[in-house]
Amino acid sequence: MGGIPHDHYEPKTKGEKWLHSRLPIVGLMYATLTAPTPKNLNWMWIWGIVLTFCLVLQIVTGIVLAMHYTPHVDNAFASVEHIMRDVNGGYMLRYMHANGASLFFVAVYAHIFRSLYYGSYKAPREVTWIIGMLIYLLMMATAFMGYVLPWGQMSFWGATVITGLFGAIPFIGESIQTLLLGGPAVDNATLNRFFSLHYLLPFVIAGLVILHIWAFHTTGNNNPTGVEVRRGSKEEAEKDTLPFWPYFVIKDLFALAVILVIFFAVVGFMPNYLGHPDNYIEANALSTPAHIVPEWYFLPFYAILRAFTSEVWVVQIASFVTGGIVDAKFFGVLAMFGAIAVMALVPWLDTSSVRSGRFRPMFKWWFALLVIDFFALIWLGAMPAEEPYASFSLIASAYWFAYFLVILPLLGVIEKPDAQPATIEEDFAAHYGGDADKSAG
Amino acid sequence: MFKKLAISTVAAITLATGAFAAGGEGHIEDFDFSFEGPFGTFDQNQLQRGLQVYTEVCSACHGLKFVPIRTLADEGGPHLPEDQVRAYAAQFDIYDAALDEDVPRKPSDFFPESALENAPDLSLMAKARAGFHGPYGLGINQFVKGIGGTEYIASILTGYTGEEKEQAGVTFYENTAFPGGWIAMAPPLYGEDVEFADGHNNDLHHIAADVSAFLMWTAEPKMMARKQAGVVGVLLLTLLSVLLYMTNKKLWAPHKKKH
Repeated sequence: MGGIPHDHYEPKTKGEKWLHSRLPIVGLMYATLTAPTPKNLNWMWIWGIVLTFCLVLQIVTGIVLAMHYTPHVDNAFASVEHIMRDVNGGYMLRYMHANGASLFFVAVYAHIFRSLYYGSYKAPREVTWIIGMLIYLLMMATAFMGYVLPWGQMSFWGATVITGLFGAIPFIGESIQTLLLGGPAVDNATLNRFFSLHYLLPFVIAGLVILHIWAFHTTGNNNPTGVEVRRGSKEEAEKDTLPFWPYFVIKDLFALAVILVIFFAVVGFMPNYLGHPDNYIEANALSTPAHIVPEWYFLPFYAILRAFTSEVWVVQIASFVTGGIVDAKFFGVLAMFGAIAVMALVPWLDTSSVRSGRFRPMFKWWFALLVIDFFALIWLGAMPAEEPYASFSLIASAYWFAYFLVILPLLGVIEKPDAQPATIEEDFAAHYGGDADKSAG
Repeated sequence: MFKKLAISTVAAITLATGAFAAGGEGHIEDFDFSFEGPFGTFDQNQLQRGLQVYTEVCSACHGLKFVPIRTLADEGGPHLPEDQVRAYAAQFDIYDAALDEDVPRKPSDFFPESALENAPDLSLMAKARAGFHGPYGLGINQFVKGIGGTEYIASILTGYTGEEKEQAGVTFYENTAFPGGWIAMAPPLYGEDVEFADGHNNDLHHIAADVSAFLMWTAEPKMMARKQAGVVGVLLLTLLSVLLYMTNKKLWAPHKKKH
């Protein structure tokens, strides 16, 4: 555990020794459960277990839904209605799966912003961060393809718009789009490959989740102070940490239970609140909906995509410099993926030597603005592409990039950090009391 | 349309400056339905009246192709007796390929599809429309009023002004609830279009509400079972939360002693 000294599993009986010398799986489980965990973790450290729960929930409900679903353009919509009406508990399965995706994204955004505030992405945890970003990308791909499966109007037109983005890439875009669609337009081939991939990707995510956990178990958890666990001796480490079981397992399960109360209230009482009514109309290639809006969790990046129109001077310059290869549409696509790319690169863009935002007086405000910016982008992504939303979107998009590319690199240089506690034990004692003072004295 | 709890608050504050959502939305009246809210249930008598309105008026053009006729007997729905369901099904014909002729439908068959090409299927209409979007397109009022699909339908049915116009050979009717103000559907209900056996009020407002409630049931036949599952789920998980809270508190107490 990141070189944090702790007890190791010792096989005692003959049988245990036999297995341990062949496959140390009991030792692995022991090490995972007893992992020394910083005892000052706050409630923003509960999202990991919520996310794990979501992945399991989606896989379990998804596998049962797949038993009753028909991936064919003529039958997909009707088969979903069959699930809603005739399959035992089918309406619950489908509503849990659909709203489970929303819970998944609520949790992942909370998890990501937690890391951004407490500097969890900083050395030595860059690999954990990058794997996390890959998981996030795969989640978006999986959710997008899942939304196409019910074959409603938003499924069809969302698929048309999003795959069209790839068509905006110069030279190779059209081939990529055709490959994605399995033909010239969204049709049965599209539905079939999306169904296949929607079933596959969650298991790839599960694999990456294991790597994600492995990576942060190698470095040890970050914590709200950003101060590392002392590693000098086992006694010292034990003053900063508590074992994962039972302390954090119980704490996380409590948080999960509270979140599930809200989740069940949504599923039971307002399951369609987060969905779009148009998706209860069967897909029709001849009738375009008035507003094509993606699911809420894509809206921030959808807003960035739409913000860069041909009237924006940056776009005009890019178009001029590249001789028209980078047009407004392609620029928007680049901006959308760039918005995620700059986030993925944050370990190398943040120049501050201080990890936790708690001790960065200027950073705090810029970070708060980033959170507001994110919510504003969600709202703007759902608004029609007209004034004043277009100008707001441009400002909000510009701030997103400025935060990562300008503010974070600069802050590390100009900001004077506050004093940090010497140890985690000291921080914990300051909050909850304890014997840190005595042992220090 | 975008909706999300946490976001709403923040975005509402950010944009209190007064941006207005896209115009052209119709006026939706907030009807009171028995099935609103976490504990709301379908009114069996209202569903049966709504079925009658649907059968005698709407079904002339519209269909319910996703609704199996047998579900009319389901508890939590119109809950008709089996023999009535059989009789109801038999009034619609269906093509039998084996006999190469039309035969009466059985309860296991579905309602007929729309008879008119331009008339949308009504099975899911109550979920395919949102009556309420505000404020600022945030959809927060849906927390209070519901999504408003049934209100949308009822408002359309009661929203005709009597004005009509012709455009490219098609007659449009002015309707205060329809986006854009002009709808291609001729006013289907005027009031007293149907006679209820029990003499229930059959003015326009009442029958519009009845048929809208029926269409909510066709769109969401398992609503009552779902809400019940929601109540049980919320109660059990609340209990679990309390137990885990106490466990957690006791577990951490030795490490969190104040001086």
